[in-house]
Formats: sequence, structure tokens, C-alpha cells
Amino acid sequence: MKKVEFYESGFPYANIGELPGKLIVLEGNDGVGRSTQIEMLRQWLEEQGYGVSNTGLARSPLTQPGLDAAKAGHTIGRLTMNLFYATDFADRLENNIIPALSAGFYVLSDRYFFSIIARNVVRGADPNWARKVYGFALKPDIIFYLRADVPTLVRRVLKGRGFDYWESGMDVRFADNLYDSFCKYQGKLIGQFDQMAEEFGFVIIDANRSVEDIFSELKERTRELIDKG
Amino acid sequence: MLQPNPYEGKLIVVEGIDGSGKSTQIDLLNKWLQPIGRDVYFSEWNSSELVKSTTRVGKKTRSLTPTTFSLIHATDFAERWENIILPLLKAGVIVLADRYAFTAFARDVARGVDPIWVRNLYSFAFQPDIAFYFNIPLDVAVGRILASRAKIKYYEAGSDLGLSNDKVTSFRLFQGRIMEEYEKMISEFGFTVIDGNLPLQVKQREMRDIVTQKIL
Repeated sequence: MKKVEFYESGFPYANIGELPGKLIVLEGNDGVGRSTQIEMLRQWLEEQGYGVSNTGLARSPLTQPGLDAAKAGHTIGRLTMNLFYATDFADRLENNIIPALSAGFYVLSDRYFFSIIARNVVRGADPNWARKVYGFALKPDIIFYLRADVPTLVRRVLKGRGFDYWESGMDVRFADNLYDSFCKYQGKLIGQFDQMAEEFGFVIIDANRSVEDIFSELKERTRELIDKG
Repeated sequence: MLQPNPYEGKLIVVEGIDGSGKSTQIDLLNKWLQPIGRDVYFSEWNSSELVKSTTRVGKKTRSLTPTTFSLIHATDFAERWENIILPLLKAGVIVLADRYAFTAFARDVARGVDPIWVRNLYSFAFQPDIAFYFNIPLDVAVGRILASRAKIKYYEAGSDLGLSNDKVTSFRLFQGRIMEEYEKMISEFGFTVIDGNLPLQVKQREMRDIVTQKIL
């Protein structure tokens, strides 16, 4: 079992013992297929006999009502938004993820703080400030970065639920229509993820391929992680 | 280190442990500045409408950890900063704040978060033009709070830290820790120290003199 590691100071007041579970993160753009892959990974892990717990951004009971209200009103500034998401993230980390890991669960996280940083930096936040905010975060056992080109993202989003105001970056209006704004915004996010890939050691998975191909690589890498113990 | 305020507006803050008399004093300052024709705005800690629901849920369910406690207060501050305080400073207004980032630096570190981490959270905020710190013996402040309140609340007493099963003892220990953090900040952030033992009117006169010299 490896030592528990945080990016910076972690939670100095908390006595976190060993964490026998594994934290597996799937990162990547809107429409890249994270949730589909997480569901498949979950089923596969459960078949192998592992306990699995899911988590994702903005799912904490603490911040959900406030975040929904903030997004509905569109009056929220970028610092406020970033800190609100950080609150949500910390709440889930301390109250769900760490307890689950400590009970031996495999935690599948649909995004981690990397997406939050990418979104905020694209909107003008100081990249260094944003990283330090998440200095309390636990280092995942593996971070998969599902990387797809913008045209692939467009096809997936339009065949699915359609363009969304926030996913198109319309709050910053990269263009006067959803399609162009979506393309520019998602392109900038890819730029941020690419930068972080090296910095945080992402495992890059080519997500321009079919769902099955992506999954078989994810499964392979996850198996390696399990074998490493 | 906080960045200097580059705008025409001025920022005056009061800091100190609970019961140190800061709210009374900033209220009097406000009541003095308004009639002499100064454009003044008063902002209170923990008062963002947007963040209120979250803080309420967290406190009620007692699910806040030192980190989320710290982050939720930073969110509250950021909301007021982006939407009110910063625009008013740009517009040339004198902003009076009852508690500021220093409250977080004192209280959150007393709860156990990393001092450098919490300072980074607030690094977008300006160094106030004047930061009054009310220095008062712990027992006097605690005595005042106990005499004026029917009940000390859970987080207020620092009960989440498990310092003592007795709420009053916990409150006293927690306030003591907060005070130690404030004392370290006197030189770090150049606090203007007001002797809390002085009579109320004397403290106010001293503050008005300082404001006149530095700002008006």
C-alpha cells in the first residue's frame, strides 16, 4: 500500500491513516464520454469483486443548492465560482472520497480539480492561484485524460443532449453563437489539459476512437494498476 | 502579503476576537463619516446572500471540516469582493469592513488549516488602508460574550475541534488560539493596535484621529 500523498499541505488537522482503496480519475472535455466509460469501468470492477464508489463535480449536498442558484442567476464572479467549486470538492473529498478509500473502495471520480482549474484559467483566473487553492487535494492513484479533438466533441454533444450554455462558454461569449463559442471554448480547455498532462502525470487516452476501443485501453491500464497493488 | 489598494476608494477594517468591541467602534466610525459627507459603505463578514444557503446547511448539519469552513467563508468574501467591495473602491467609496481576510487567517489556522494555504485563498484582496486590531485580555472578551449571549453556537465555540466537552471551556480555548494568531499578524500586516482596555469614547477618538490623518 502506497503512502497517502497530497499535492501540498493536505488536511494538517486530520489524522488520515492508510487508504487501501484506489482513486481513479477520469478527466477530459464535455462530451468526451467520461460518464459512459465510468459506468463501464464500474461494472467491470464490480464483476472482479471490487467495491466501487462514484463521485463527480458539484455533487456535494452542501454546495449544490448554492451553486445551482448561482448558475441560474449568472451573476457569479470567477473567484467566487472557483471557491464555490473548491468548497464542493473539499466536502466530497473529506466526507465521501477519503472515507470510501479508507474502507477499501475503488473510487471513480468523474473529473477532479483539474477541470475546475482549466475552466477558471480559460476565464482569466491566475493559474498559480488556482493550483494552490487545491493544495489540500489527495493525489489520485491514476488520472486518465480522455483526449478528443473538437470535431469529435461536437458530434458527440449534438448526438446527445445538445449544446449547453456553460459547456459552450457562453458566459464569456467566445463567439456570438453556440457552435463557434463551443469550439473555441473546448479548444482552449484542451490546451489547458494538455499543459496539465505533463505537470500532473495524466495517462492520455485517445478518445477519438469508439467507446469499446477506449474502454479496452482503460481496462488494460486499470488492470496494471490493480496488479501493482 | 496582500497587494496594495491602487484605487481612489479607501478600505478600513476592524479585527479582533469576539467581544473585543470592534463592531461597536466601526459602527461609530460609520456614524461619524456619513454626516460629514463621505460616501461610505459598511460590509459585514459572512453576509453574502448567495453563499448563505450553503453556510446554513453546513452549520446545521455540522458537516463542515476546517477546510470547508475556510473555503465557504472565502467564497462568501469573494462574492462580496467581486460584486460589492472592489467596485466600490474603484468608484471612490470608503468601505468599512467588520472583519476581513485576517479573521480567516486567525480562525482557520486556529482550526488547523495551513497558514500559507489560507493566505493564498485571499491573495486577490487588498491590504486595507487601515486595519484596526482590538487588543483585549482574553478573559474580558470571553466574559462579555458569555454575559450577552444566552448560548454559544457550535462552530463559534470551536466545538468541532474537540478541545473540551464543556462549551464555555472550548470557547475560551478556541478564542485563545485565535488571539495567538492575531498577535502574529500585527507585524505581518501592519495592524494599527487599539488598546481594548481604554474607555469606549477614548478608543473612538483615537480611531477618528487616525482616519483623519491617513485618509481624509
